[in-house]
Amino acid sequence: MTSELTIGFLPLVDACLPILAREHGFAEEEGISLRMVKDVSWATVLDRLLYGHSDAAHLVAPLAIATTLGRGRPAQSLSVPFVLGLNGNAVTVRPEIADVIGVSGKLTDPSEAGAKLALLARERKFAGKPLRFGVVHRHSSHNYMLRYWLASCGIVPDRDVEMETVPPPFCADALESGDVDAICVGEPWNSVAVEKGAGRIVLATAQIWRRGVEKVLAMREPVLEQRRSTVEGLIRAMRKAGKHFIDPENWDVNAQILSRSEYLDGDAKLIRHAISDRLLLEAGGEPVEYPDFMFQYREAANFPWVSQAQWLYSQMVRWEALEYSIEDAAKAGRVFRPDVYRSALSGTGDPLPSANSKVEGSLTQPTAVGAQQGDITLSNNRFFDGRVFDPADIPGYLASLP
Amino acid sequence: MRVAIVDESAARASIIEEGLSALDGCEIFVIGERHGLLARIAEIGPDIVLMDLGNPSRDVLEEYFAVSRALDRPIAMFVDESDEESIAASVEAGVSAYVVDGLAAKRIRPLLDLAVRRFNAFARLQSDLDEVKGKLAERETIDRAKRILMDSRGFGEPQAYGEMRKAAMDQGRRIVDIAEAIVTAHELMGGK
Repeated sequence: MTSELTIGFLPLVDACLPILAREHGFAEEEGISLRMVKDVSWATVLDRLLYGHSDAAHLVAPLAIATTLGRGRPAQSLSVPFVLGLNGNAVTVRPEIADVIGVSGKLTDPSEAGAKLALLARERKFAGKPLRFGVVHRHSSHNYMLRYWLASCGIVPDRDVEMETVPPPFCADALESGDVDAICVGEPWNSVAVEKGAGRIVLATAQIWRRGVEKVLAMREPVLEQRRSTVEGLIRAMRKAGKHFIDPENWDVNAQILSRSEYLDGDAKLIRHAISDRLLLEAGGEPVEYPDFMFQYREAANFPWVSQAQWLYSQMVRWEALEYSIEDAAKAGRVFRPDVYRSALSGTGDPLPSANSKVEGSLTQPTAVGAQQGDITLSNNRFFDGRVFDPADIPGYLASLP
Repeated sequence: MRVAIVDESAARASIIEEGLSALDGCEIFVIGERHGLLARIAEIGPDIVLMDLGNPSRDVLEEYFAVSRALDRPIAMFVDESDEESIAASVEAGVSAYVVDGLAAKRIRPLLDLAVRRFNAFARLQSDLDEVKGKLAERETIDRAKRILMDSRGFGEPQAYGEMRKAAMDQGRRIVDIAEAIVTAHELMGGK
C-alpha cells in the first residue's frame, strides 16, 4: 500500500532532502509517494499547511514556533519531527560596504567585521541614511542570526540600523538597486547576487553559530498523529537522502535535479557550489571552500533537539519584546519531537543521542556524547562570541545578552 | 470601505476590480507594482487588502502588518479568525485577505465571497485557455507526424492518420502520444 504525502516548499537548496528522497526512490522504498508543492512565500507555504493543501512543509524553524504560540496568526500547534538542516545562509553586502568591512578573497572574521560595521552604522545613522538589512522573514533563523551578530558587535538592530523583509528571489535586485545595503538569505540567492556583481558574500551564518538550526519539516500536530507511520517512513527516507546528498560522488547529479524547473528552477552550477560548501564570494573570483556551510547529515544533524527550539524561543522573546513565560518556553520546546525521530530510526543503526536537549554552543572540540544507538561525536558548536545557551536557565541567558 | 488589490497580473486584478465595484460603498485601489508596495499601502490606508497566494511579497506585507499592530489601525489576517469556512474557501481560491481589526464581519463577508468567486472565475478562464493551447499544440504534433508518414512511407493523408489511430488502439495510448513518438524518432534520425 502506498501512502501519499504532500510537502510544501520554497525553491531553496535546503529543500533538498524531501526532493531527493522522492527523486532517488528512498520514499518509494518506504511505500510513500511524495508530491512536492512549490510556493514563493513562507506565508503561502504556511497557509497551505494550515488549511490542509499540504501534509508537511519545508519551513523556517522559528515560524513553526511562532505559529504554535499564535504570533501573527491564530495559534495552531505545529510539530517538527525532523530538522532539514543546519545553517546554509550567508550575509551578502553591497560592494562598497564589503570594501569597508570585508577582506578580499575570503570570508571575514565576524568580530572584526562586526566592529567595522558598528562604526559604519554609526556614521550612516548620523548622516541620516541608516544601514538597511534585508532578511527573508521576521520569524526566520536568518533574522535571528543576523540580529545576534549585530547585537554582539554593539549594534542595536531596531535603533541603529533598519531591518526589513525581502523575499529571496528579490534579494539580488534589492541589493543592486540600493533598497538594502545587506541581505541574509539562503542559497542560491547570495550567489545570484554575487554573480550579478550586486554584492559580495562576507560571512556565512555558520560563522555566527557553528551549528545553528535552519529549516525544519513541520506538520500540524493532529496530522502528525494521524499519519504517524508514514511520517516515520519519510524520516528514514530523508536520512538516506542526506547520506546521498553529502557524498561528493553525487554532487553533480543532485545539483542537476535540484536545478530543474519544478524544484529550484535555478543554475545547477551555483547550486553545486552550495552543496559542496564552496562559495563564490565575489564576481570573477574563485570559489572559496568553507566546510560545513550547509550541514544536512553528519552528527545526527536532523535530530530535533528541544534546546534548539528553546533557543529560537529565546530570540523571539528578545526581538519581539515578549514577556518570557515558562509555559511558552515549554510549549516551544514541545514543537520539536525527538520522540518521533527516535521511534522512526530505532533499530536502523542510525545514531541517536540519549538526551533530548543539550547546552548549545558549549563545545569547542569534537566530543563523544551519550547515544541510545550508534556512536555520536559532536564537534565545535560555538556561537562566535563564546556565549552558551543553557535551556535550563533561559531567563538568565536573556539577561546576559546585550 | 477602502479595498486594496495587490496583484501583478493586470488581467486578474481587473476581473476582481470589476466584480467588487458592484458592491456599494467600495473604493478600490489596484497595486500592480511590487516596488514601493508598503508606501502605497500606507498612502491608501485600506480597510482590506487582497493579495494572491502566489505573490512573493506576502511575507513583506505580513511583516508590515505585524509591526503596524502598534499603530491605531492594526490589520489582522482574514475576516474573522473563527470564520474557518470562509478562510478555507479563500485559500482554496488562491487569495489571502488582510482586514483592519474590528471591521464588522457582515460587511466583509460579501466582499470576500465575491473576491473568491472572481478568483475562481479567473482560474477557470486560465485553465480553459491552457486547455485550448494544449489542444492546438496536440493538433500540430499530429499534423507533423502525419506529414512524416506521408513523406517517408508514401501514404495518403487518411491512411497516415489511420495508421496512427491503429497503433494507438493496439498499444492503448492516445493518438497524440503516438504522434509525439513519431516526431521524436524522426528528429533523432536527423529529419527536419
